[in-house]
Amino acid sequence: VSGKKSVPPTRAGRGSGDGEVLRAYGDREGDGLVQFSFTLKILPGDRAREAAKRFAEAHGLLDPLVTAMEQVSFEHSYFVVYGRSVHSVDVSRIQVEELGARPLERDEIEARGKALGRKIVVVGACTGSDAHTVGIDAILNYKGFHGDKGLESYKCFDAHNLGAQVENDELSARARALGADAILVSQIITQRDCHKENAAALVELIKHQGYRDKVLLLLGGPRIDNQLARELGFDAGFGPGTLPSLVAAFVVERLTAAPARPKSD
Amino acid sequence: MARVPVDTERVARCRALASAIAADVQAFIDAHTSVGVERTVARAYGITGADGEGTPLVNALIDRIHAKGMTGVGVATFLGRALASGAGSIQEAAESLAFGSEAPSLDGGPSGDAVREALRAPTAVGLARIDEARIAREEAKAKLEVGTAPLKYVIVATGNIYDDAVQAKAARFAGADIVAVIRATAQSLLDYVPEGPTTEGYGGTFATQENFRIIRRACDEAGAQLGKYCAQTNYSSGLCMSEIAWMAAVERLDMLLNDAMYGILFRDINMRRTFVDQYFSRRIIGRSGIVINTGEDNYLTTADAIEKAHTVLASQFINEAFALRAGLVESQMGLGHAFEINPWHEDSMLMEIAQAQLVRQIFDRHPIKWMPPTKFKTGDIFHSHVHDAMFNLVGVLTDQSIELLGMFSEQIHTPLLMDRYLSLKSARYVFGAARHLGEEIEWKPDGRIATRAKETLVKAEELLDEVVKESIWDAIGRGAFADVKRTRTGGKGHAGVVKRDAAYLNPILDALEGRNA
Repeated sequence: VSGKKSVPPTRAGRGSGDGEVLRAYGDREGDGLVQFSFTLKILPGDRAREAAKRFAEAHGLLDPLVTAMEQVSFEHSYFVVYGRSVHSVDVSRIQVEELGARPLERDEIEARGKALGRKIVVVGACTGSDAHTVGIDAILNYKGFHGDKGLESYKCFDAHNLGAQVENDELSARARALGADAILVSQIITQRDCHKENAAALVELIKHQGYRDKVLLLLGGPRIDNQLARELGFDAGFGPGTLPSLVAAFVVERLTAAPARPKSD
Repeated sequence: MARVPVDTERVARCRALASAIAADVQAFIDAHTSVGVERTVARAYGITGADGEGTPLVNALIDRIHAKGMTGVGVATFLGRALASGAGSIQEAAESLAFGSEAPSLDGGPSGDAVREALRAPTAVGLARIDEARIAREEAKAKLEVGTAPLKYVIVATGNIYDDAVQAKAARFAGADIVAVIRATAQSLLDYVPEGPTTEGYGGTFATQENFRIIRRACDEAGAQLGKYCAQTNYSSGLCMSEIAWMAAVERLDMLLNDAMYGILFRDINMRRTFVDQYFSRRIIGRSGIVINTGEDNYLTTADAIEKAHTVLASQFINEAFALRAGLVESQMGLGHAFEINPWHEDSMLMEIAQAQLVRQIFDRHPIKWMPPTKFKTGDIFHSHVHDAMFNLVGVLTDQSIELLGMFSEQIHTPLLMDRYLSLKSARYVFGAARHLGEEIEWKPDGRIATRAKETLVKAEELLDEVVKESIWDAIGRGAFADVKRTRTGGKGHAGVVKRDAAYLNPILDALEGRNA
């Protein structure tokens, strides 16, 4: 249990000598207020309340207030706790590429694509045992998502949605046959990190087949972020809520940043 | 009562069109069988077990017959011949047919009458297992409190059947009326049913007969402890649709996801295979008293829920027509639909009400199954919880029968214990607080809700009309449902569809169809 009695003073915001140190913001600058909910295998009672409080303290919450404690099964209770987090984060030390910072407008995407002098071939699939095509459909299919039309709707893209439960070797074979500039992999199912293993296996396969440097590899899904995707060997990762135009812009920017290369295969 | 105007003549025309669509397919079904159907027949005759590598005996048996090109006479022919020739038991006959030195053969041997006679008692035993489970279910329900509509349906999906059992009990404790164990995602494409209890699965837990028993026991224990019935459901879909229907029937499941077209559209299973298999699965389901849940909700995850609402309604008519042909009664038809309109669209809730009320009135004797928002869910769990509350409000307002509850952690992970608890708490609150709201209000006769309902029915009729003209095979081919296109011979499992021989023998089906062989 934390022995600290108060939130350490910080100068939050920009311009301090320590960089940009942020604390959770609840009601006032620097109050560190967060809420926290979890389940413990204990029935409600005074001991349970104290257990929840200590559990929160162990996570760095000062003055934790247990605001809800309800029995959710024959042997478990659910808790909501508010407390002041002792932790802070220095944003100036974070090196993360901002993928969604300045998405290109549709016209710009089309113009850049046109300048390339050929259609950009994009092949997408849900791989392995994953049968959930909602994500890949939203990005590739004409309809898109939230009023943002999918890659099929762009003149500059030749988009192929292979659908669900596509094995890595099949995806790779189709991508090569189609001369893909980019491969989009969607992984929704995340049990026991199968999404990571599956995604990493595709990268290995493509490296082994010797065309990793000729293709952009993009990974998407609710538990994916850019950093994770990069760690797994992809060029970029797109998390929940990603609009098709962001993916379109990324692909076009990457392909047109360097001099247009001749089509592989 | 908050009703929408329903043109009953138009509804009758829709039903007639759907019946014509089903009749066209039924002609194909009645002339064919499949490896899945034959494996189910073998299971119905009590054949069990698997080899060291996990290949079920029924697969080894049918594969051998299929390799010889003799599936068209039906596995019952071979089993009956073995029995009439002195085999000690059906199990022994199956083992010898699957692995014996002599390949299955139709040369010589006992007469057709002797074969049929030899199967008479085993057929009766097989059917008695379904009937006994049905009686046991009815007795169990009579002893306990059964929930009121909308029944609260939740999912468990840990991958480990023993964890699922714990979660199922917790769900009943927290107020769930129905517990579904989500299947491992790739199972629909397996052409066999795994054996025994399973503890590893991605996206869910394998459906096996032993797993069904484990969850049945957990539900019964929780039910007895709380004095409230806990219904169990699983998935009769994919390449083993009818085998799973058989297992569920004898293990006393209460419901099954079972759709005439879902596998075709969403799992790319061959359409001939799916139609043949769904028929046999529904014949078993009809006898067992299980309630099916159809999968029209899925259409709206790929197609737009505003533009394609009528495809859901049209498909419900088609599913109903297929179910009627398989001997189901309306009280077994949990026709599916969903709350999937973009929540930020102005008046989205009015459109949801229109659809839900329309379906409720058209299928007034059916335990309608309503699915929660998923497509527009994000990781914002707090907003997600509000979204689900709106779904619950419309659910109780329009008197839906079975409501799969939304989870605020949809799009993030399979539900945690507390996610499910909070979802059930919200449903309990909204269902109670607005219990009689539907009885107190009337929609404007020419208002937005009434107009939307009318339009949807008109468009559904138009679609059914087109489907009759082009046939369901070609309609699916052009993407009439869910914007997904499939061909007659494409997809998985087509090689397992076989034309029935003139000598085709299937006493189990004969009995299920009401003919005594």
